[in-house]
Amino acid sequence: MSRETLQDTEPRVLWAGMDGVLLRFALTPEPAAMAAAQRLAADLEDRTPDGVIEIAPGLVSVLLRFDPAKTARTVLAEELLTRAQRIRQRAQDIPDPARRWTIPVAFGEEYGPQLDEVAQAVGCRPEDAIRQICDADLRVLVIGFAPGQPYIGLLPEEWNLPRQSGLTPEVPAGAIVVAVRQIVMFGAASATGWRQVGRAAFRSFRPRQDTPMPLKAGDAIRFEQAPGPEIEALEQAGDLSGGAKLKVLR
Amino acid sequence: MSVLHLRRVDGLLTVQDMGRPGHLASGLSRGGAMDRLALIEAAALLGANAPLAAIEMAGAGGIFETDQPMRIALTGAPMTATLDDAPLRWHASHLILPGQSLRIGGVQAGSYGYLTPAGGMATEEWLGSRSAHLSIGILAPLSPCNLPVGDDPEPDRPSQLIEPVRRFNGGTIRVIDGPQTGLFGDEVLAGFHETTFIRSDRGNRQGVRFDAERNFTSDLAAGLASDLIGPGDLQMTGDGVPFVLMAECQTIGGYPRIGTVIPADLPIAAQAAPGAKLRFQRLPLDEADRLWQTETRQIQTAAAACRPLVRDPALMPDLLAYQLIGGVTAGRELEDQ
Repeated sequence: MSRETLQDTEPRVLWAGMDGVLLRFALTPEPAAMAAAQRLAADLEDRTPDGVIEIAPGLVSVLLRFDPAKTARTVLAEELLTRAQRIRQRAQDIPDPARRWTIPVAFGEEYGPQLDEVAQAVGCRPEDAIRQICDADLRVLVIGFAPGQPYIGLLPEEWNLPRQSGLTPEVPAGAIVVAVRQIVMFGAASATGWRQVGRAAFRSFRPRQDTPMPLKAGDAIRFEQAPGPEIEALEQAGDLSGGAKLKVLR
Repeated sequence: MSVLHLRRVDGLLTVQDMGRPGHLASGLSRGGAMDRLALIEAAALLGANAPLAAIEMAGAGGIFETDQPMRIALTGAPMTATLDDAPLRWHASHLILPGQSLRIGGVQAGSYGYLTPAGGMATEEWLGSRSAHLSIGILAPLSPCNLPVGDDPEPDRPSQLIEPVRRFNGGTIRVIDGPQTGLFGDEVLAGFHETTFIRSDRGNRQGVRFDAERNFTSDLAAGLASDLIGPGDLQMTGDGVPFVLMAECQTIGGYPRIGTVIPADLPIAAQAAPGAKLRFQRLPLDEADRLWQTETRQIQTAAAACRPLVRDPALMPDLLAYQLIGGVTAGRELEDQ
C-alpha cells in the first residue's frame, strides 16, 4: 500500500477486514467528500450489489460488508469505484432526503449554557445563532459514538469552530452541542469537548422501543425553537420522541 | 425448557452469543462473546451445528445447579471446576444431575471462560441476540437467579473432550493491512511488527490495550475524518499506543488503525491476561483469505478435535467403588455417561 497524503481527493477502494470493502472519498472531512459519501450510500441502498450484507455510511466513506461465499471483494471494489467516480463527476450537492425530522429544541440559558460564547465566536448575536441553526438545511451525516447518536451538518462556514481544549465533564441526554460546522445531539449524558447551545427531549437511543435507533444517515433534520419548560415537560412525561415530527418525503 | 440455577456469582458473568451484526449504520457494534472460538468449541463438544448462547465468565465463575439432567460444555479460559467436590475437566462436555453442585472457580490462564448448556441459554433477546452489551446498558451482568435454558436435542449424547486451539497465554497474532495502514510510515510499520507487547491491565469488552517500550504514531493522525471501525482493528491512540478493538467497540473512531487482527487470532488478544506477551505478525490478505472459515466449517474443524471423555482414574475419588476387573462388567463405568 502506498503512502498517502491528507490532500488525496481521488476515491479509493480499501480492504476492510475479511468481509469488508471501504470506499473513501477523502481522509479529511471535506464538505464535497461528505456529500459524495451520502450520495454513494443512497445509491447503494437503492441498488445493492449482490452478496452485500451490510451498508454502513461513514463521514467521508461507505463500508460494504459482504458474504465471502456469495461475492468477491474485487468484484465489489470495481463496482464501488465505478459508482464513486460517477458521483464525483456530478454536482457535489447533498442528495434529496428521504425523510425529514422536525425536532423541538430549547436554546440558551440553562438549556444551552455556551450559546453566547458560540455566537461570539461565530460573529453574531445569540438570537441570530439560533436562527442560523433552525434555518440550516441539515442532514444526519453519520451515526456513531453511541447507538443511534447523530452527527448533523453542515452549518455555515462561520461555524467551523474548534473543539474546546478542555472537556465539559457532563452534558445531559438530549444536549445539542456544536463544533467543526457539525451538531451532535447526545443520546445519553456524556463528557464532551463540543459546546452546548441547546437541549432537546428527543432521544436517539430507545432500547425498549421497536425501532431503538430511529435516526438514519441521510435523514434531514430541522430544529425548531421551543420554550425550555416545554422541553422539560416532554422529558418528564417520558416521551422519548421529544415532540419531534417525522415526514416521509419519498 | 429447563432451568439453570445460578446460586453464587464470583466473576463478571453475562449471557453471550455471536452478537447482533448488521447495525453499523445505526452506530451499534456486533457485540457477542469475547472469545468466539469458545462458542464454536462448545458447539462441537455438544454436537450442535450452530453456536449456542452461553454464560461468559470473566475472571471467575460461580455456583450452578439444575433441576433436570443437563449437558454442559466448559470452554475458553480454563478455570477450576468441581462437581460435588470431584474435579471436572475443562475443554469438555459433562452431564450435570439434579442435586449436584457445579462450582467454577478462578481462571488458571486467559481471561474468559464459558459455560454452555446443550439447549443454549434461553434468556431475554434484544435485536435478535441474547448478548449483554454492557457499554450501552443492554441486558445486565448476571446476579444469582434462575436462568431459562432451551431443550437439549440430544440428551443422551456422551461427554466429549476437545483439544482446544492454544490461545490463553499470548503469543503471535496475525494482522492484515486495513484502510489506514497506508497512513503509517514503513519504518513505523516494520518496528510495530517486530515489537513484543505486553497486555496492559486496561481492557474490557470494548477494547484491550497493549504496551511496549516505544510508541507508533502516524504523522497524518491529526485532522483525519472519523471512519468506520470494528472488532479486531488495531487502533493507535494519539500517543501511539495500540488498542485491539473488541466485541463492544464503537462503530466510528478518529484514531488511525495500523491494521486488523484476523478473526482466527482475535481470541488470542481477547484471552491474553494482563502481563501476557504478544507480537503482531503482518499477514498478506490472500493468506488470511485461505485461513477464513464459515462458522459451520469452524464447528466441523473443532468437532474433528473432539474425542470421547474417559474419566481419568487419578481424578476419581470414588475409585474403590468401581469394579476394575475386566470381564465382570461391560467396562463402561469409566466413561462419564
